[in-house]
Amino acid sequence: MSKHLTLSVNGRSLTVPEGTVLAVALAEAGVTQFRRSVKGQARGPLCGMGICFECSVTIDGKLHQRSCQTLCQEGMEVTTDE
Amino acid sequence: MSDTTKHFDIVIVGAGPAGMAAAVAASQSHRSVAVIESNPWTGGQLWRRPDAAATPRAGRHWHARFKACKAHLITEASVGDSIAPGHLLVETPASAFNLFYDRLIMAVGAREQFMPFPGWTLPNVFGAGGLQLLAKSGWPLQGKRVVVAGSGPLLLAVGAQLRKRGARVLCIAEQTSLKHLVRFGLTLPRLGPSKLWQALVCQSQLLGVPYRTGYWPIQAHGTDRLEGVTLRRANGATWNVTCDMLGCAFGMVPNLELARLLGCDIEQGTVRVDTWQKTSVNQVYCAGEPTGVGGMDRALIEGQIAGYAVTDQPDKARALFGPRQKTHDFTRVLNQGFALRDELRTLTTPDTIVCRCEDVTAAQLACCDDFRTARLYTRCGMGPCQGRNCSTATHTLYGWETEFSRPPVTPIRVRSLVDLSVEKE
Repeated sequence: MSKHLTLSVNGRSLTVPEGTVLAVALAEAGVTQFRRSVKGQARGPLCGMGICFECSVTIDGKLHQRSCQTLCQEGMEVTTDE
Repeated sequence: MSDTTKHFDIVIVGAGPAGMAAAVAASQSHRSVAVIESNPWTGGQLWRRPDAAATPRAGRHWHARFKACKAHLITEASVGDSIAPGHLLVETPASAFNLFYDRLIMAVGAREQFMPFPGWTLPNVFGAGGLQLLAKSGWPLQGKRVVVAGSGPLLLAVGAQLRKRGARVLCIAEQTSLKHLVRFGLTLPRLGPSKLWQALVCQSQLLGVPYRTGYWPIQAHGTDRLEGVTLRRANGATWNVTCDMLGCAFGMVPNLELARLLGCDIEQGTVRVDTWQKTSVNQVYCAGEPTGVGGMDRALIEGQIAGYAVTDQPDKARALFGPRQKTHDFTRVLNQGFALRDELRTLTTPDTIVCRCEDVTAAQLACCDDFRTARLYTRCGMGPCQGRNCSTATHTLYGWETEFSRPPVTPIRVRSLVDLSVEKE
């Protein structure tokens, strides 16, 4: 059986199998709007390969982190633009 | 040597098929080899690691060879800048370092080409390959109604894969006309990858997913997420489809940012290389998609040739020149078969966003003559993606050229720049 780990998404705790891509974990948790654009529009992942930055979220206080290229880590604190 | 300085004889940027093949080939010498990869995993987009169990045999084979070779792998590492020949500034989540090389191989792959149309910025509008990649990583698809649209053989693979993962694929809309497709299909048997093509078509038919040629999306509907899409066909008829997700892309375009940063000659949207995969810049080589989008076969062969060339193993490289030519022929046929129709250049309305990072609209860009002016007056291309999406879009829409890469080519922390100030010689 694979190990699980727990992270925090917008203050709520979320448990996922080890090796889960953060963008996927967020989608599983029901997030469709990953960020707000400069004019306030809702945006979510587009390219899935680290090119477009539309899946950017804040991870442990670091802004503009691409969730499609990030694996979930134990204790990670993630904030999306709700 | 300090933590902030590393040196390798050979540095390979990218651990996809081309980079892995280059590393395997270069490691058959006595040179030190390092591979830097921006993802946490190897295999590029084609064989990405989280999906290891579902990776095809070729991928498992090359992963095994790569693992067995002595190349030093650095993951989650992005190139931010190069301030002198033989130097790269590399950043990882934890640190940054100066990476010095004697010879460099760029194996940085390609990305999807997106065409702006009204509503394309809505959440749940993805790239076609983008959606496939997210699906491979486990993106929830069960019971979702999905439309796949755009252009290229990839659409069929995407449709089949999404369906396998529980999505209801409502249709695959290919912008190319049936006439072009048939011509493409007829040319393929001479070129090798035909088996792949046939397998995809058959698979798609078996699954019962409608494959509509000569259709393209003109509008995505929804308020804060996608609710439906309007497709159009050449005779002007439109078709509204209610759906949860849209995977849409118009083929692939090379990643050229690093080549431009290093000053390599670019010709017709690809990095110009000689028979040894050497670019116009001394000691800099390039393999795979940046020299011309041709998929896995081309990437593996060019990667090996570059790997042998940089380590002075010319005979081994030469043995692959014949197979390489075949993959170049495939690229040519692919480009002809899936050329974009002119209608796709007229989909934007004045308020359609073209630059997604800075929310620059088509109306704002209508006042500009070139990409440089657009940068200055509208901030088009100035956001985190550094113009990766909008430079391609504005090239296709307005014919604008991008001559240079403005460092940093990927966003890096100010801290890294301060820590790593290197004196220019």
